[in-house]
Amino acid sequence: MLAERRRTRRVVRTLAEVEEQTGVGEVWVRQLVRAQLLLALRLGLLTVVVLGAIPLAFALLPSLGTIGIGGLRLPWLVLGVGVYPFLLLVAWCYNRSAERNEQDFAEMVES
Amino acid sequence: MEPDLYAVSAILAVGALTILFGIFGVRIHRSTSDFLRASRSVGPRWNAAAISGEYLSAASFLGIAGLVLKDGADALWYPVGFTAGYLALLLFVAAPLRRSGAYTLPDFAEARLDSVRLRRVCTVMVIAIGWLYLVPQMQGAGLTLSTVTGYPLWVGAAVVSVIVILNVVIGGMRSITFVQAFQYWLKLTALAVPVFVLLIYQAGESAEFRSSLAADAPPFFTTDTTVDIDTDVVLQVNSPMLLDANGEVDGFPADGPVYWAAGQHEASAGAELRFAAGSRVPVVVGSPVNNDSWLQPLSSGEAPLFETYSLVVALLLGTMGLPHVLARFYANPDGRAARATTFVVLALLGLFYLFPTVAGLLARLYVPQLLVNGKTDAAVLLLPGEAMSGLPSQLLGAVVAAGAFAAFLSTASGLVLSIAGVLSTDALPGRVRDFRTATVVAGMVPLAFTLAASQLDLAQSVALAFAVAASSFCPLLVLGIWWRGLTDTGAAAGLIVGGGLSFAAVLPVALGVLAPPWQTLLAQPAAVTVPIAFLTMMIVSRATSERVPGDVARILLRMHAPDRLGMSRDGQVERLAVTAATLPRLKGGRHRR
Repeated sequence: MLAERRRTRRVVRTLAEVEEQTGVGEVWVRQLVRAQLLLALRLGLLTVVVLGAIPLAFALLPSLGTIGIGGLRLPWLVLGVGVYPFLLLVAWCYNRSAERNEQDFAEMVES
Repeated sequence: MEPDLYAVSAILAVGALTILFGIFGVRIHRSTSDFLRASRSVGPRWNAAAISGEYLSAASFLGIAGLVLKDGADALWYPVGFTAGYLALLLFVAAPLRRSGAYTLPDFAEARLDSVRLRRVCTVMVIAIGWLYLVPQMQGAGLTLSTVTGYPLWVGAAVVSVIVILNVVIGGMRSITFVQAFQYWLKLTALAVPVFVLLIYQAGESAEFRSSLAADAPPFFTTDTTVDIDTDVVLQVNSPMLLDANGEVDGFPADGPVYWAAGQHEASAGAELRFAAGSRVPVVVGSPVNNDSWLQPLSSGEAPLFETYSLVVALLLGTMGLPHVLARFYANPDGRAARATTFVVLALLGLFYLFPTVAGLLARLYVPQLLVNGKTDAAVLLLPGEAMSGLPSQLLGAVVAAGAFAAFLSTASGLVLSIAGVLSTDALPGRVRDFRTATVVAGMVPLAFTLAASQLDLAQSVALAFAVAASSFCPLLVLGIWWRGLTDTGAAAGLIVGGGLSFAAVLPVALGVLAPPWQTLLAQPAAVTVPIAFLTMMIVSRATSERVPGDVARILLRMHAPDRLGMSRDGQVERLAVTAATLPRLKGGRHRR
């Protein structure tokens, strides 16, 4: 009983430290923001590279545009259909990782 | 032209339902706290459908299919960009913005940087972007009504303005998540059903007809067709052809058979061109003429690669800065829910955007006459009637018209409410009476612009608003959420330079006062103005680093701390201060777990 109360009090103090960003709290917060930003930048860069490569590929290799698959041309398949599952996949990866970062942070604060 | 009674009734039904919902359906949710209370019980799926319902505007419903009909593969970047914008919003903005508790963009700016002057700058930008976005909605409404009734364009624009203003003044479907969510499914159905039916129908056509989409020749008229020219056009003809003309053609009055050699030909407003079945379709200059080049990406335009990249930048980064998008995110209970909602939005938009593309392909087969007079935005509306005949085609036409009308109403209501909100709180003293005045102003000004503006394609003219948003609010949000060094002076400088430059570029485009090379290049300023805006914000912030708010660390924490720690706080623009009141709350949160 006594141990638990002390633990709760310590958590509150840690939370306050995080809030006021003194000492260890500040380091943690900066780490969290940095981790989240790096995650977003990494996935953002991936998306930009993949999307950005599409017009470049068609500009450099015009013959790519004439490839037909199942009666549809490649540019139409890629831009009309294929891009959307890709965007969803990136979003799903982001949500999973961003939540894991937050969970790590919360556990650190609450432990 | 005889009004299409089915379509007119469908449009009337949508308009009446919208107003009825406004009058009877709901209590009035006008303040942020009402809105919050009303929305809290709603899960991510409903919220996501509501966001998508409000987001899918005239540009998505009519514009994309029209651009696909005209420009082919390059037009596919519009739906891709409209969707990918939500990915950028998810990665950089969604959860932190929700936790900041900001309800509008000026709220966010003030809460983050504690500056009333910056708030004013944001207010002006919100209004400018909102109006820029409203103009195509009204144009789309005018086009829809004039297509089904034959009335002039301004009638439809005026009708939509009146319904939207009434609707927002009464209390607004805007705030009801349920109605906006319903709008999404209505729009999806209204487009998907006709597309499916037409796909099945065209499978029964001859293989030769269907494969003509890949032919090394322009599309052809399937029946004897008369095309009315409303505005002067220059047409590209690839092989010599005969037609019947009535009116001024190539600078001379004509009345009877005309021979057109390969090359460019002019047709003046008021002319009537008659083409025999099987003759090739002349295409408005600037778009690919032959079907096989239309199927290829990057086959038209002044600098296709630059235009494509700049468009993608604008759409990718502009979505987060649209005034009506942000407020909907407030309806999520916390940051996690905001992320979950954005994920579902991506799925719903991806699903919807499959259909305008297919509609554009079908339009190239069945309504090529729109390539002659340039009214390609009407493609979706005319498709059922031109491809099929009899009652089924009329019913499908009515469904499409109703969906299009729903698209303008929901987006325009959201925008007018957002603009009226900032007008009444930041420009007028905020009393309900003033909110009503503000709503009327917010709705009438774009109507005036609509009557003056050029007839740019809907999707293109919506993209102008995205370009301005990407060059102003995107840097403010991204730097505000991730960078401690941002100052109010830096933010204001970036907003003014980035927003100002992009606005200066797109305004003459919207008014249609430019000659072709500039008209297309200035329409895509984002690739240049977005980096300028970011740099200006960062450099000026660095130079004024003494103005970094003292509690920046705490504000950043509030935006990034996991929801379960209970550090984010709702409310309008109160700044978080660690007071005796905060700590028990944190403790309470802990105990509940």
